[in-house]
Amino acid sequence: MTDLNVETAIAPAPRRKVARRGPIVRALGRFGANRYAMTGLAVFGLTLAAVVLMPFVWKDPNGIDLLAINKPPGAGHPLGTDGIGRDVLARLLAGGRVSLLVAGVSTLLSTALGFFIGALAPFGGRFADAAIMRVVDLAMTLPPVILLLVLASITGPGIVPTIAVISLLSWPLLSRMVRSRLLELRERDFIIFARGAGAGPWHLVMRHGLPNTIDILVVYATLQVANAILLEAGLSFLGLGVPPPAASWGNMLNAARSTVVLQSYPWQWMFAGGAIVLTVVCINLIGDGLRDAFDPRADLE
Amino acid sequence: MLHMTDMTEARPAPQTASGPSAEPTLRVRGLTTVFRIGRREMPAIENVDLEIAPGETLALVGESGSGKSITSLSVLRLLPGAISRIGGGEVSFRDREGRVRDLVSAGGEEMRRLRGNHIGTVFQEPMSCLNPVHRIGDQIAEPLILHLGLSRRAAFERVVELLAAMGIPDPARRARQYPHELSGGMSQRATIAMALACDPVLLIADEPTTALDVTTQAQILRLLQDLQKTHGMAMLFVTHNFGVVAEIAHRVAVMYAGHVVEQGRVADVFRHPRHPYTRGLMTCVPQPGDALALRRAGQALPTIQGSVPSITDRPPGCPFAPRCALAVDACRAAVPAMEDTGDGHLSRCIRWSEM
Repeated sequence: MTDLNVETAIAPAPRRKVARRGPIVRALGRFGANRYAMTGLAVFGLTLAAVVLMPFVWKDPNGIDLLAINKPPGAGHPLGTDGIGRDVLARLLAGGRVSLLVAGVSTLLSTALGFFIGALAPFGGRFADAAIMRVVDLAMTLPPVILLLVLASITGPGIVPTIAVISLLSWPLLSRMVRSRLLELRERDFIIFARGAGAGPWHLVMRHGLPNTIDILVVYATLQVANAILLEAGLSFLGLGVPPPAASWGNMLNAARSTVVLQSYPWQWMFAGGAIVLTVVCINLIGDGLRDAFDPRADLE
Repeated sequence: MLHMTDMTEARPAPQTASGPSAEPTLRVRGLTTVFRIGRREMPAIENVDLEIAPGETLALVGESGSGKSITSLSVLRLLPGAISRIGGGEVSFRDREGRVRDLVSAGGEEMRRLRGNHIGTVFQEPMSCLNPVHRIGDQIAEPLILHLGLSRRAAFERVVELLAAMGIPDPARRARQYPHELSGGMSQRATIAMALACDPVLLIADEPTTALDVTTQAQILRLLQDLQKTHGMAMLFVTHNFGVVAEIAHRVAVMYAGHVVEQGRVADVFRHPRHPYTRGLMTCVPQPGDALALRRAGQALPTIQGSVPSITDRPPGCPFAPRCALAVDACRAAVPAMEDTGDGHLSRCIRWSEM
């Protein structure tokens, strides 16, 4: 017993792990403790896995089964078939691939575009700032749907034009947020101190601006994925996004324009609509969780 | 006050052995920095002359708003270009290789290469000078990577050496910590390490001890003195604290409303102030014993009547004239010229000989 006491007295105090972790790691820890966000992440992860992997093992989305036209869900076709005998599940998975690809790539593009344009303004001098911000104002005052339609009708349908159109439409909001954050950062002591140590604008933006804007970027990006899925669906629904025969959740919804399909064959559009709603809800849950996790006041567990 | 002057006398004269000649590291001549306020341009500092030799410390003292920080930021060219510009004068800086450069006409890229490399800077708030999202070591390594082209690994080893030289115990562990895990004194040691990483020939310290408590302040001052001895660098030390001046500086320049009003060796200026503003300032420094005696007697601490004129309404003549007991009509007519009162002790007062 005495031995034990001596040993505990001599043993060095265990180093606290908390002290070693950086602010970003701590934010992710808070994110992991958020039940809603983790549910969203799990469901979204399953959707993503299914969409990426399932088309390899399931039917060809463009394969036509003439013996099964407009068949309700049942054996052979778990989610039924559409008007020309294509398997709805196969199209849902292939369409999800396209929709998520479009959403993911356009989000990356618009986040990068938004960040750099937003960073150029405060670190590029007064003239650049004024010029860029007037462009942003202009982009924000245009009605988005009309702009989207005009751009889409110029570029024509297709995956790449759809990505381009969605990216070009979405960055101004982020630029404004990044600009205001960097304007505030620019006057902070550690930026002036870094400039005193010889840091140039590129270094300031990448080493000091980017890590201190990461919360804005992460939250914007997640919410923008949801937004992009909806925009893609809207464009494809109107026939300006991803053109048939390629499937996307949006152009599957297009089938519901026919009253007959809407009333008699709900499985042809309901699952696509459900997939959009489910994915967007999950991503919003993730986005909300990240926003809370990066909120500095949420600290001290 | 007597105690301080004794200390200044005891300090050896700066060694100029680090250069082949006694050429100053920094020579500022007639520096004027103008601020744009509304549609008008107002001089924030006017005709500032300074000179710092290698191994020498020049203290720049004055009240808030006297222009001492503006002077150091002008030398560094770190003032925002949107609201200010250098209106005239020259700033010659002798870099590590002995080349003399004019910092007023230097381009942005040239200044970036000088800052952090040939010129180190330390600022007032150590805690807010470090980016909270990066480890201490990574931040100190930045100038090493930027200016000397060191690899991350080599830079990190150098950082640990630097932190050890700053008297930080367990430097390798400290280098991996984040700023919020360090105390104010530790943070200031870290920013000094960063300022000195590339072995600058000039260190500009803008109130480096103001935000620290007295004991930490003494440690940081001692550290800066030791570092100056080993590196032989010139130091421009901005402060409003006369005790700190006595502690660290060889020479002192007193600023008031954008002008250097008196300049000379610390011992000379402290013993025989040749400007009424300096004299007034020194009677305002409370000595614990005197302050207690005054309180017992029910009297207030001595102050200088009035306040520093704001940049928008400086008087045409001597800026101190409205608060000066010795002011005569000639003082209000024009800004007095800098006069040598003997032995390099300069005063911008026409009545200095009567003091």
